[in-house]
Amino acid sequence: MSAPAATLDVPPPPGRPLADIFFSRPELLTLLLLLPPLLWIGVVYVGSLFALLLQSFYSLDDFSGLVVHEFTLATYTELLEEANVQIILRTVTMAAMVTLACSIIAFPIAYYAARYAKGWTKALFYLAVMMPLWSSYLVKVYAWKLILAKEGIITWFAGVTHLSWVVDGLLAMPVIGGPSLSFSYIGTFLVFVYIWLPFMILPIQAALERVPANLIEAATDLGADPRQTFRTVIFPLALPGIIAGSIFTFSLTLGDYIVPQIVGNSRLMIGQAVYTLQGTAGDIPLAAAFTVVPMVIMAGYLWMAKRMGAFDVL
Amino acid sequence: MSSAVRFENVSRHFGSVRAVDGVTLDIAPGEFFAMLGPSGSGKTTCLRLIAGFEQPDEGDILIFGDSVAGVPPYRRAVNTVFQDYALFPHMTVGGNVAYGLMIKGVGLAERETKAREALAMVKLSGYEDRRPSQLSGGQRQRVALARALVNNPKVLLLDEPLGALDLKLREQMQEELKALQQDLGITFVFVTHDQGEALSMANRVAIFNDGRIIQAGTPLEVYERPNSRFVADFVGSSNVLPPDFAARHGGVARWTSLRPERIKVSDATASVADDHGSTEGVVHAINYQGSVTRIGIEAGAVRISAAVPAGSSSTKIGDKVRLIWPKSAMTAMESEA
Repeated sequence: MSAPAATLDVPPPPGRPLADIFFSRPELLTLLLLLPPLLWIGVVYVGSLFALLLQSFYSLDDFSGLVVHEFTLATYTELLEEANVQIILRTVTMAAMVTLACSIIAFPIAYYAARYAKGWTKALFYLAVMMPLWSSYLVKVYAWKLILAKEGIITWFAGVTHLSWVVDGLLAMPVIGGPSLSFSYIGTFLVFVYIWLPFMILPIQAALERVPANLIEAATDLGADPRQTFRTVIFPLALPGIIAGSIFTFSLTLGDYIVPQIVGNSRLMIGQAVYTLQGTAGDIPLAAAFTVVPMVIMAGYLWMAKRMGAFDVL
Repeated sequence: MSSAVRFENVSRHFGSVRAVDGVTLDIAPGEFFAMLGPSGSGKTTCLRLIAGFEQPDEGDILIFGDSVAGVPPYRRAVNTVFQDYALFPHMTVGGNVAYGLMIKGVGLAERETKAREALAMVKLSGYEDRRPSQLSGGQRQRVALARALVNNPKVLLLDEPLGALDLKLREQMQEELKALQQDLGITFVFVTHDQGEALSMANRVAIFNDGRIIQAGTPLEVYERPNSRFVADFVGSSNVLPPDFAARHGGVARWTSLRPERIKVSDATASVADDHGSTEGVVHAINYQGSVTRIGIEAGAVRISAAVPAGSSSTKIGDKVRLIWPKSAMTAMESEA
């Protein structure tokens, strides 16, 4: 032991008084740490969101092409026109399908990773899930365009395995079909599912990892076979994770404008509509009104999930 | 009448570890049976073998006469109270208790009635709508008990159920569990590392070490007549006297157990009756423990510990004393181990 350096009659080394103040008043330190993010969230983030909301209550003068800075619901009336409602319905349906597919594909992967993967298999799991996120989003989407194109690998593979009739059959289906996979809703859907899958796997895995193994044993002990155990214990406890994942996949799909632009038919999604409206058309109010739609949908979705008890475990 | 649970030379290995090693065991119907042993002695694995979470590598297990080889836990008429209760956090207390009935397809009205009855039995009436997270440790324990008992199991397995409770609560639960078992007449198999708990609650105790049963018998038998040094040490504490010492001091030439509370600490000059053994020694430690005082004495190379009622002795460290005990208190053991 060195000499008793902490006795009161030893003068504190320079710089100590600040540490002493923080030690005796921890809330000061918390405030100091929180101030920058609070300013960011409060001013830059919520502030601009509010400005956006405000824009949706203005309107565009058709004649002059200028924004009229007066409160009106005219823009929202315009939003409810047939063509715009079609865009919203199309996007919501796509987002719902993508979310459903992602959760169905993600669950077994997440379950395996949470329950069985240990050591290097777990590392491999994280690598496999995260690696697609390390590469450029645009590159991935263009790669998919090539994969799905008429001259792409899927068409070729279907040809050599004499399964062309499956692809042709899919493309011949009304609405979801089209001239080729890369010019159909099927293609858009496939790319969305691929791109957002990690955002579904990780929250489900985190939720499943927190389910203690002895709850599964308890259910088994009380007479539940594996199917009943899944339905009554594992699934309800994983539900917050599924909801969290679906918030990602749902909202990301609702707002995306690149994937449907590159892979898909020419019918617009919300993101593309916003992109066109605020750009060439200069109709900022309607673009703002369009962006309010996903927010309202997500708020409604979360409210419903809460009502159905999805967050009771948290 | 067949045994409630019967182990026939059962072994369970985990890699090279013999967690359970050739255990043969009979538990009678209606018995309160305790499996006692240090951690890693195989007692919990035995419980899991009965529940069905583990399958034996060798031997056979019979529950009420039927072999349960290959029968999964959900088809066994046994229920478990888990060590950390394992209550379902997404269900209410009532939902937890009614879970087994719901799985069996019992109607809503009936399972609510039965869950209420089960909760009343463990003195938690009116707690149906709470969440497990809103309960104290003792209350969760009771819910876990009700959740198992509502299924009317043939055998109830309890895996150190009182381990997480504080002392007062534990003593209270011990009494309640014992009363409950007597009322219901269900066979209880209770795993614990607490010898006091095992002795006070069980009709019969099996003492485990290294995957084997060292001794099985009534609490009185294992306490008064330990068959080995391990049992003598583990169940209560005991003085284990070497054969030559035992032979010279009123016993036979075998390893001998002598319980501390049977030893009287007297003046060095005290006289000794014929049916008593005695030795001289020097006090080297005095340890006040509330109701008793433990006195450590060195008698030549042998260290002996005596437990005397608090305040009944005024000996000091370094005093020369005479230890006197009835010869009948000396138990010659079968093995040294």
